[in-house]
Amino acid sequence: MTKTKLTRRSVMQTGAVAGAGLALPTILTAGSHAGFANAPTGSTVTLGFNVPQSGPYADEGNDELKAYKLAVEHLNGEGDGGMLQTFSSKALDGTGILGKKVEYVTGDTQTNADAARASARSMIEKDGAIMITGGSSSGVAVAVQSLCQDAGIIFMAGLTHSNDTTGKDKKANGFRHFFNSYMTGAALAPILADRYGADRKAYHLTADYNWGYTTEEAVRNSTEALGWETVAAVKTPLSQTDFSSYVAPVLNSGADVLILNHYGGNMVNSLTSAVEFGLRAAQANGKNFEIVVPLYSRLMAKGAGKNVAGIFGTTGWHWSLENTAGSRYTGTNAFVKSFGEKYGYPPSQAAHTCYCQALLYADAVQRGGSFNPCSVVEALEGFEFDGMGNGPTLYRAEDHQCIKDVLVVRGKENPANDFDLLELVDITPAEAVTFDPAIFGGNLGSCNPGA
Amino acid sequence: MGTLYAILGGFMDQIILQILNGLDKGSAYALIALGLTLIFGTLGVVNFAHGALFMLGAFCAITFNRILTISHVVVDETQKDFLGNPLKVDIPYIYDWFGESTGQALINWSVPLAILFAIPVMIIIGVVMERGLIKHFYKRPHADQILVTFGLAIVLQEIVKYYFGANQIPNPAPEAFTGSFDFGAAVGLKAGSIIYPYWRIVYFSFAMLLIGSVFAFLQFTTFGMVVRAGMADRETVELLGINIDKRFTIMFGVAAAVAGLAGVMYTPINSPNYHMGMDFLVISFVVVVVGGMGSLPGAVAAGLLLGILESFASMRQVIEALPGINQVVIYLAAIVILLTRPRGLMGRKGVMEE
Repeated sequence: MTKTKLTRRSVMQTGAVAGAGLALPTILTAGSHAGFANAPTGSTVTLGFNVPQSGPYADEGNDELKAYKLAVEHLNGEGDGGMLQTFSSKALDGTGILGKKVEYVTGDTQTNADAARASARSMIEKDGAIMITGGSSSGVAVAVQSLCQDAGIIFMAGLTHSNDTTGKDKKANGFRHFFNSYMTGAALAPILADRYGADRKAYHLTADYNWGYTTEEAVRNSTEALGWETVAAVKTPLSQTDFSSYVAPVLNSGADVLILNHYGGNMVNSLTSAVEFGLRAAQANGKNFEIVVPLYSRLMAKGAGKNVAGIFGTTGWHWSLENTAGSRYTGTNAFVKSFGEKYGYPPSQAAHTCYCQALLYADAVQRGGSFNPCSVVEALEGFEFDGMGNGPTLYRAEDHQCIKDVLVVRGKENPANDFDLLELVDITPAEAVTFDPAIFGGNLGSCNPGA
Repeated sequence: MGTLYAILGGFMDQIILQILNGLDKGSAYALIALGLTLIFGTLGVVNFAHGALFMLGAFCAITFNRILTISHVVVDETQKDFLGNPLKVDIPYIYDWFGESTGQALINWSVPLAILFAIPVMIIIGVVMERGLIKHFYKRPHADQILVTFGLAIVLQEIVKYYFGANQIPNPAPEAFTGSFDFGAAVGLKAGSIIYPYWRIVYFSFAMLLIGSVFAFLQFTTFGMVVRAGMADRETVELLGINIDKRFTIMFGVAAAVAGLAGVMYTPINSPNYHMGMDFLVISFVVVVVGGMGSLPGAVAAGLLLGILESFASMRQVIEALPGINQVVIYLAAIVILLTRPRGLMGRKGVMEE
């Protein structure tokens, strides 16, 4: 036995020594900085943009990414500054964040919670991203938010509308600028009762997942409170493409309003079927039959083409807002101008909420004077701002939800082009959609700086 | 008695409605399954890219519409765009060539016209696919064929997504076919009780016509006779000095065209996106297996049957009685049918049983 002795014990010992050696630099750096994860040490800081670049919401993701790139330009003092010109907080000065130039990495959520967590993890661990933002699904938002909480990274949610994101699944490190299902219900119901009367019978078709449930519940509760009756609520599989068998029985069910708690492809397909089956032209209970889509997205309205005409819904923001509703919504035109000139078309609500989130994060770091997540949380909690296109807005401390006006819109009868699909019907002021943060349960916990 | 009749009458409407619903969905399943069975019966290949062919057909319709609306830009100083600059208006060249009204009519009828465009395109795609890739896998196990065709389907999807984006693209039916038909009044029930969209009637009729033509082609032409002989006993036909490979390649092209046309006509029903093929693929395989591997009438019958079953299962009363049934009914039916008739509805002995 003169060969090299390679025993289990020697392998373990060598492994342990090598491991300790490799870990040493990390331990040293961790000790040397301010005590939070991914603290930027050089002259740059890296943000992680986690958006759907493939899968069914790739077009939203593409819009989100364009908005983030624009935000990075503006933070670094390039371009025309966009909403930095109108933002009420003047902490940011176009020299990056705390003097560090902003760089970014991107990940692909694929609108799949596992893929989104993996890409967020990779951006945090490999690229040293100090903040993760983006996404176009509540399932993804909740999953990534909890990962960021555990990793000690700030999560600025993108397009997510379920109550859960800042409700039962809220986390101290997570923030949402977009509105939620509850606010949709509260904003929409009074308008519906006003336009269609208080004596209506509603039939709900609901996407069979988390967001569908909270939206159905919100719209049901708010419309029933105003005197509507719910005839039936049918869950439809998320993978459904032809909704004809769900839509066809509606006309003879005694209902006179169809509420489609659907988003994305589901919404396009169910709405197309409903219009195809003549519901828009039909009469029921002596009234005109009506269709309602609680959450509108312009990008998706495009897929439904002419079928959106005359149909009510809510939206977080619209590019024509400042022109139609006045200077309360200042910031809108500044953003539309920089986005439109760079990319050739007006931004979507997904682009808007993501752009705002990037700026709000940067501003909170600047005001708090540190990239430490706990400092960011402190700066954002209870932060009141204006000039970002939604009017005066509050980042509520209790649930990290932005409280702002909600837009009730209607599909245009004769759209002039692909972008001009929605018209503003009414704006429900923030006070009318404010809710008690306790009703959804959940617990923020405390901020986690990681490291 | 009167009330019972009323209840039954009310229920009858719904049943007829769901049968109609099932027929158009079922005819899409049947068309795809027919193509699958044709390919399986002739070439012995399990083609997982068949759903992608359906999707490509739909995008032929979109492409045709885009070709018709290729435009040049005219700056209209009287209108403003969203940034306040003079509006750039797109005028399709077709208006310049044929006049505005003819041009509009052509664009309006783009879906039916796209059939003429899709047939040659889909046959070429089918033949290229068979000669270029699938023929190399004839002697390989079915598992290899499934993997390569499934991979091909994903590649085709990604190519389409690259050029057309991920969101759905609307492609409406001609205006003459928008709106719906009062089927209830026509058959003597209460007016408005059974409303059925015109375009779905067109789709169902078109599907029946297409299925009829494929059967007639196989049954009444010499070419079809040789193909059928080849399906039954390939070696003997080859021994007779007939180049059966060439005919099978053509049949692959025909199967691709059938799936493609199913896709073209489907675009007004559901705005297509890159993923629509996959949505249909799994169900189409269930249809083929339920109908009986290699049986063309079986594929059609099973397609319609499962379409109708799926419609029934999505009735509110049914979901309330059996929650979740709408998600599994097709697979449940497949299990029951395969347990009682292991070769499927019209399966023959000896197919895929070597």
